[in-house]
Amino acid sequence: MTAALALGDDALVLSHRLGEWAGHAPVLEEEVALANIALDLLGQARVLLSLAGDEDELAYLREERAFRNVQLVEQPNGDFAQTIARQLYFSTYQELLYERLARGTGPFAPLAAKAVKEVAYHRDHAEHWTLRLGDGTDESHERMRRGLDALWRFTGELFEPVEGCEVEWHTLHDAWLTRITSVLERATLAVPEGPRRGGWAAGAGRQGIHTEPFGRMLAEMQHLHRSHPGATW
Amino acid sequence: MTTMAADAGAYEAVFDAALAADERIEPRDWMPDEYRASLVRQMAQHAHSEIIGMQPEANWITRAPSLRRKAILMAKVQDEAGHGLYLYSAAETLGTSRDELLDKLHSGRQKYSSIFNYPTLTWADVGAIGWLVDGAAITNQVPLCRCSYGPYARAMVRICKEESFHQRQGYELLLALSRGTEAQHAMAQDAVDRWWWPSLMMFGPPDDASAHSARSMAWKIKRHSNDELRQRFVDICVPQAESLGLTLPDPELRWSEERGHYDFGPIDWDEFREVLRGNGPCNAQRITQRRRAHEEGAWVREAAAAYAAKHGEAQA
Repeated sequence: MTAALALGDDALVLSHRLGEWAGHAPVLEEEVALANIALDLLGQARVLLSLAGDEDELAYLREERAFRNVQLVEQPNGDFAQTIARQLYFSTYQELLYERLARGTGPFAPLAAKAVKEVAYHRDHAEHWTLRLGDGTDESHERMRRGLDALWRFTGELFEPVEGCEVEWHTLHDAWLTRITSVLERATLAVPEGPRRGGWAAGAGRQGIHTEPFGRMLAEMQHLHRSHPGATW
Repeated sequence: MTTMAADAGAYEAVFDAALAADERIEPRDWMPDEYRASLVRQMAQHAHSEIIGMQPEANWITRAPSLRRKAILMAKVQDEAGHGLYLYSAAETLGTSRDELLDKLHSGRQKYSSIFNYPTLTWADVGAIGWLVDGAAITNQVPLCRCSYGPYARAMVRICKEESFHQRQGYELLLALSRGTEAQHAMAQDAVDRWWWPSLMMFGPPDDASAHSARSMAWKIKRHSNDELRQRFVDICVPQAESLGLTLPDPELRWSEERGHYDFGPIDWDEFREVLRGNGPCNAQRITQRRRAHEEGAWVREAAAAYAAKHGEAQA
């Protein structure tokens, strides 16, 4: 199931990155909020990966090239602004995608219908922080701008059709861009310019082509499980 | 006697009568300054322990060996952040802000539970913390649900419910390891061996050497002595260790018919004092990470405040 892996890996990997914030967040309320989002995503990942096989085998025993997540979600946390930029881009996309999947009759409709409520909160959380950081202090404005710019080149991949997801990707993209533009305007930030994808013809995350930090993330995530082959936990 | 002193005397009589009747003291009630200070000290230390305690467990979130265990661990660390929030809020009812308390933590003027100055070296440590450290915390904290100060007692009711959930999860994690492969069993035993004695130290010094105990008991902030609670904890753990198929690292541990309790060996109070003084394996690391997170987050908090000021928004 290509789609279950693609959507499941998106959720799994972003959840992992958000989990790295535990104990490092800028304020106690954000320890709770980031963990909450990470937990929602992990819950989604477990349902989706279970549609494709055994959740733990898929998470812990696949090699880097077999992961189908978009490159956006595997990007390191950076500072809080970069984490928020990643979340804004992704949650806006995920909400629009899940709204459409929930209305359909495909295998993801039940999950999407439940998850879309969670994702609406993730998107709302990211929008509020985008506003606070964009329209906060000079420093926060600059950091938010840098975060948005740095991740802009990973946003094109979000709208590459995923086999098995019956959605109109063009209209999804247009809705995404409208929404992002409106939030950034309110946050006194400009929509980044520049390419939305890399120039490498081999493709990107959906083709199993990832960025260098991803291998290290997997090494950390998988090492204990792989050190005890066949063990149950 | 001046009028003010007479008033204070009357207030004190009302306070004493409330304590004697086992009524709750509420934020607007008059209370002795020392009662207030003692509560702030204890609640702050408890809140600090929750947020510092996130670190040794968060150390394993990114390496949790199954997605189910990862979800459980993330939820647990999140609960601890939540407990920190309730406790700082409860302390605010006594007129002490979270910022002020965090500042005291960061500058070393207030403490957190010394247990978190020990490292989590293997995955089994996550289980040992749940079973032993949360188990000891619950033994200490359940009586606090009847503490004389209302907001603290109410926060503790909620916290204890979640803690007992954590304790069961820790036990269950260790059980899975103990019944797993040889390597997993050894990992579980090693973790219990390392965490047992520090967990017993969590109840604090023996009663005859405890600085704040007698007064806290008179104020009904504290309901049982350190040694009573320690004994209760040992009595609970011994049969649980047997069910786990693990041993406890104390050759003197045996049932005493005469006392109706388990006898246990002497605690190394030199180690306790050393770790308390800052010489534990992770004291410097824990406080450095906490300070760094706070300092690196300063610009975020400033941005939220600036935005709130511009837009009249209630602060995050």
